[in-house]
Amino acid sequence: MKNLIEKLTEDFKISDVVYQRPDLAFVTVPKGVAISLVTELRDYEGFSHFVMMSCVDWIEEGKFQLLYLLHNPKTKTDVGVKTFIDRENAEMASAHHLWKQVWTYQRELKEAFGIDFPGSPRVDENFVVEGWTEMPHMRRDFNTKEYSRDTYFPRPGRETNDPAEYMRKKLYPNEPITAKKQDNDK
Amino acid sequence: MINKFLGFEPDKDKLPSLTAKIGDDIDLSSHKYQKIWLGPNHPGVTGNMAVELWVQGNTVVKAKTHVGYLHRGFEKLIERRLFVQGFPTSIRMCVAEPDTNEYLIATCTEQLSGYDKAVPEMAKWLRMLSLEMARLQGLLRGVPGQGGTFALGLGVQWGVYLRDLILDRFEELTGARVYHMYIIPGGVRGLLPDGFKERMEDNLRDIDDFIIRIRKLMFHNSVFKKRAKGLARITPEMVDKYGIVGTNARGCGVKRDVRKDHPYLHYDQLDFDPPTDTDGDIYARTWVRWQELIQTVDLIRQIMAKMPEKGDIKAQMPNVLHWKIPKGETYVRLESGRGEYGMYYVTDGSEKPRRVNLRGPSYTHAIALLEDLLVGADVADVHAIMVSLQTCPPEIER
Repeated sequence: MKNLIEKLTEDFKISDVVYQRPDLAFVTVPKGVAISLVTELRDYEGFSHFVMMSCVDWIEEGKFQLLYLLHNPKTKTDVGVKTFIDRENAEMASAHHLWKQVWTYQRELKEAFGIDFPGSPRVDENFVVEGWTEMPHMRRDFNTKEYSRDTYFPRPGRETNDPAEYMRKKLYPNEPITAKKQDNDK
Repeated sequence: MINKFLGFEPDKDKLPSLTAKIGDDIDLSSHKYQKIWLGPNHPGVTGNMAVELWVQGNTVVKAKTHVGYLHRGFEKLIERRLFVQGFPTSIRMCVAEPDTNEYLIATCTEQLSGYDKAVPEMAKWLRMLSLEMARLQGLLRGVPGQGGTFALGLGVQWGVYLRDLILDRFEELTGARVYHMYIIPGGVRGLLPDGFKERMEDNLRDIDDFIIRIRKLMFHNSVFKKRAKGLARITPEMVDKYGIVGTNARGCGVKRDVRKDHPYLHYDQLDFDPPTDTDGDIYARTWVRWQELIQTVDLIRQIMAKMPEKGDIKAQMPNVLHWKIPKGETYVRLESGRGEYGMYYVTDGSEKPRRVNLRGPSYTHAIALLEDLLVGADVADVHAIMVSLQTCPPEIER
């Protein structure tokens, strides 16, 4: 694994490598070479199984982190190719031509995070939330509790417990109340 | 042959020729095609998912999968809660085998917080036992369920009864029948109750009988054989192209099993070889699952024989209300009854996860693969094809 990543570091401008386990490494590359590296890994290095594609919202840095997780069935190793894109007008080159299931991930990311993948089939079709007009629902700044408070009617007679407070009473009844209240609103 | 003898041709041949191209150029106003919505009211045992079909006569010319009917935003909810509060939510992401979610989320948090080496031996064996019991109850529903899609309902009734016996064992082990919350960070919640092994052995003996009876009922049945053979064929070339995993891949000869390829817990101490077949059709996939049924029963017996009688079941963990996990990310996978089931987990040093993303096999099987496999199929076989891919909608829309 280390040899492979060292070999690719210069050509693909790999800037950050984390060996999470002996069989799992995450590498960070610039946006422009991410699809090239994924293609290289698939075509020449045996990473033929596309495990998943994911996105993490680093709202504090104004970035989305895209992840392409690939698996090599022969060496039984995984490489996660990460790249960061701007949150504003988020757009990424499509990888739908590499594996048949990639367009589904891209369609979901368009809906859930608002990241566009120009050219990806059916990328503008609804995935799980039909007729959604709010902010993309998986962004960190989408407040689920506020949305449900504004959208749905409260049920009279229903008692609600703060989950953290309930757990504290149940699990640690003798613990003094020093912990700050968990903010589930965010 | 029979048609020639009776002197008539099938009606299908009198319909307009199948000229539609796969794509958006199907003109419904030409009256050659019809659109049918299948679902979302539990089509077969897959449930909560709709398939939009364009048909010409009985033949499907285009299909689209629609999900979102039970979207509750599990991943988003977990991101807004403490690590331990994510457990009750995570198990709902797959109703068919909820224990797999427990294992994934527990292992992710353990790996990122450095407690993965602290999990006691006894807990690892008990985790394996609960995962194999979950696989067994899933197969008891899944194998006869495939017969059910071809109107072979008797096996389903046998299977559901036996599955209930396994749920009884789950109830005495964990206190719950479906959502167990048994695997927790650092270990498991309890030891085996007294007499558990004996009662489990009684159930396994009943399941041994069922395995023989279901073989005669399904695989010696000419209707099942005639309809399932050659239907929805998956070739080895399609496996990587579509991201096919589990029994769907093994049914066409691609031997991939996370338990063998990336042994976790104590699977390397168990004696088993994942079954495969070569045809890649529904019959082959069901045959592989039937063999897995035998294998799972055997694995449970091996686990119960090899596991220690006593031991710690949980590592000393931090106070869950103040548990902060350093910044990091990981991907953990296991072999569920439907194939590779994984979780991508990101932490940012706070008391809550930054991102939790489930990788369920249905995400690829029920969308990209299903939509292509349905083209050219008879409309009466659509349920069978969906069930043969072991579609589980909750893991698609998380």
